[in-house]
Amino acid sequence: MEEKQKFTVSVYTENNVGLLNRLSAIFLKRHINIESMTVSPSEIDHVHRFTFVVIVSETLIRKVVGQLDKQIEVVKAYYHKEDEIIYQETAMFKLSTEFLYDEKIQNKLKLRRAHMVAITKSFFVIEMTGLKEDVDRLYDRLKPYGLMQFVRSGRIAITRTPMAISELLKTS
Amino acid sequence: METLNKVIINQISTKVEKISGAEAVIKCLLAEGVNLAYGYPGGAIMPIYDALYNYQNQLHHVLTRHEQGAIHAAQGFARVTGKVGMVFATSGPGATNLVTGIADAQIDSTPLVCITGQVSSHLLGSDAFQETDIIGISTPVTKWNYQITRAEEIPEIIAKAFYIAKSGRPGPVLVDITKDAQFGELEFEYKKCEKIRSYRAVPKLEIEKVKAAAEMINSAKKPFIVWGQGIIIGQAEAEFKSFIEKTDIPAASTVLGLSALETSHPLHVGMVGMHGNYAPNVLTNQCDVLIAIGMRFDDRVTGNLQTYAKQAKIIHFEIDPSEVDKNVKTDIAVLGNVKETLTEIMPFINSGSHKNWLNEFHKLLQIEKDEVINNQLNPTKPGLTMGEVLNLINNETKGNAVIVSDVGQHQMFACRYANFIKTRSSVTSGGLGTMGFALPAAIGAKMGVPNREVIAIIGDGGFQMTIQELGTILQTEVAVKIVVLNNSFLGMVRQWQELFFDKRYASTVMKNPNFVKIAEGYGIEAQSVSQRADLTTAIKTMLASKKAYFLEVMIAQEDNVFPMIPTGASVSDIRLS
Repeated sequence: MEEKQKFTVSVYTENNVGLLNRLSAIFLKRHINIESMTVSPSEIDHVHRFTFVVIVSETLIRKVVGQLDKQIEVVKAYYHKEDEIIYQETAMFKLSTEFLYDEKIQNKLKLRRAHMVAITKSFFVIEMTGLKEDVDRLYDRLKPYGLMQFVRSGRIAITRTPMAISELLKTS
Repeated sequence: METLNKVIINQISTKVEKISGAEAVIKCLLAEGVNLAYGYPGGAIMPIYDALYNYQNQLHHVLTRHEQGAIHAAQGFARVTGKVGMVFATSGPGATNLVTGIADAQIDSTPLVCITGQVSSHLLGSDAFQETDIIGISTPVTKWNYQITRAEEIPEIIAKAFYIAKSGRPGPVLVDITKDAQFGELEFEYKKCEKIRSYRAVPKLEIEKVKAAAEMINSAKKPFIVWGQGIIIGQAEAEFKSFIEKTDIPAASTVLGLSALETSHPLHVGMVGMHGNYAPNVLTNQCDVLIAIGMRFDDRVTGNLQTYAKQAKIIHFEIDPSEVDKNVKTDIAVLGNVKETLTEIMPFINSGSHKNWLNEFHKLLQIEKDEVINNQLNPTKPGLTMGEVLNLINNETKGNAVIVSDVGQHQMFACRYANFIKTRSSVTSGGLGTMGFALPAAIGAKMGVPNREVIAIIGDGGFQMTIQELGTILQTEVAVKIVVLNNSFLGMVRQWQELFFDKRYASTVMKNPNFVKIAEGYGIEAQSVSQRADLTTAIKTMLASKKAYFLEVMIAQEDNVFPMIPTGASVSDIRLS
C-alpha cells in the first residue's frame, strides 16, 4: 500500500452556484474525508479559489485532481505537498473576562503571535494565525481556562511555484 | 429603398420583440437543430409544453409512458445519430425519474440535454409541491448542470448546454428552469456557444507523443489494439481502419466499441472483457505493446489489474486526460480526438506484417469455436439457445440491423454474436448496466434512423422494467422489432448463483405474464416460439413486417454465457465452461 500523506489541493474556478457540491462529490465518491476547506476570491477577478486539505496517497490525489480539473467550470486544479506551499490558518478563542489579566495567558499570547481582538465585560476574544500545530498548541494551553467558544478556519496556502491561471484563461 | 428600410426595421423589431422564457426555450432548441424531443409533461414545465404546441411542425415531441423511457429513448437516438438527445420532464418525480438515464449517459459518454421544470423561484427551498433539488441530485452524474431562475438567462445557458453536451467527451447536461423563468419575458437573441474559458473540450495534441507512440508501434513484435467507443464518438472509423490495415495489428473491441469496424474484418479479433472472446483476453497478457484507443480500461475489460498486460508497454489514445493512468498505468498517452491523433500518426507509422501473431488469435478462436461458439450458434441438444437466435437474425439481416440490447445474458450474447457491417449499429447500456434500457432506447434509435432495421434484444427481466413503453410504440407507430429472450429467470444473476453461490437461486426465478397478449393489447403483432423448427420462420415474419413486431423466444433455462472471466481473475484465466 502506497503511503498516505497530507496534500493541499488548489482549484481555480468560475464563481458559480453549485460548484462546491460538484467538487465535494468527487471526494465523496472515493470516500475521501476533507480535512479542511476554504473558498475565496483569487488574484484574478471573478475567479475563485478552493483550497482543500486531504490525507491520501499520491496516486489517488493525482486521479482526484484530474477529475476535479475536468469539471466544466474549473479553470485548473493542482495538488501540492507540504514543502511546496506556504500555508496558514486562523483561529479564534472566546474566554471569560475573569482571565483577562491572568499573566500566564498574557505570556502565551506574546509567544504565539496571538492578538486580543475584542474585550467586553463578560468575555474577550483572542485571534491567532499560524500553522495548524501552532493553533493546536495554543488550544491546548487555553483549554484549561474553559473555552466559551473556539473556531478555526481551513487552511489557506500560497504555492512556491507560479500557477499560470491568467494565461490559461487567455489561451483556452 | 423604402422596402429595404422596412426590412431592416422589421429585423430590428423582431430582435427586440419580447417573448416568454418558455417560447425562448423552443426557439433555442430549433436554433440547435433539434427537431425531435422525448418527454413527459407536468405542472412545473407546462409553460414550455404550451409553447411547444405552437411549434409542433418543427419540433416533434414524443410522449413516452415514463420519464425513464423518455431519457433512454433520447439516448438511443443520440447513439445511432451522433446528435444530441433531447429530453423534457417536470419537477420533482419527473426530474428524479431521469436520474438513471442521466447516470447511464454520463458513464457511456452520450450527449443529452435534459430540460426539467422547477417550482417558481420564490418557492425554492421551501419543500413546495413537486419540488426536488434536482441540481444537487444530478450533479455527480451530469457533465454540467444549471438552474435558470430568470428568463433572460435562457438563450445563453441553453447554448452552453448544447456545446458542453456534444463537445470533447460528450455527456448529459441538465438545465432546470423555474416556472417563473418560463413565464418571464426576455428580448430573444440566440448565439451558439463555441467556447467556455474554463473548459478545454479537446486537449492539445502533442506531436512528440504521437512520434513516440509511432516508434513504439513500429518496433513492436506482438502489438495488440483494444478500441472503444471513442472511435465512434470521434467519427474516426475510417482513420482507425487505415491505421490497423497499414500496421497489420490485430484489434479487439470493447462492448461499446462494437460496430466501429465491421465484424468480418480480418484484423477484427473479437471482443475483450468479462464475456468477450477467448483469444483477445488471453493474448492481452502476451502482447508486447497494447494500444488502447478511445477506451477507458473499465474493470469489466481488465479483470484483475495486478495481472493485466503487465508484460506489455501501454499506449493510450484518449480525449479525457483524467482517464489516463486512472486504471492502467500507460507508457505513452496520446491525448486528443482520435480522428486527429490517428491522422497525425499515419506518416510516422511503418507498414507492418504480423501474420504469425495474428495466427495465435486464430488458433485460440478455433478452441473457442470448438468448445463454446458452435454449440451456441448451431446447437443440437433440445432447448433453444440465445446464440442461435442471434445467428438466425444475422442470417436474415446480413449485419444491416441496429441491435439494441438490454442488460444481462442476452446482452452478452448479442454483443458476442451479432454481426455488424456499419458503424453505430450496436446500442447497449455498457457502463451503468441499466436493465430496462433497450425497449425505449430502440424506440429512440428507430426514430433516429427510420430507414434502418432496429431490433431490440431484451431479457424477460429487463423487458418488464420499462414494458410501459409499448404504449409509446402504440401511439407513435414506430416500427421497432422486439425480441424477448425468455428463460423465466434473471439469467445473469442466476448464472453467477450457479457458478459462485452454490446454485442458491435467491430471487431470480420469474413468473412471467403472457407477453404476447400484452403486446397485442398495445396493438403490436406478436408471437411466441419455443421450438427450433419454428424459429427461422418467426424471425423472417418479424423482419418482413413493416410495423412494430414482438417476438418472444423461450430459451433453455440452463443456457449460460461463456467464456467468462470471474470477478477478480486475470484476463488470461478466462474460463470456457
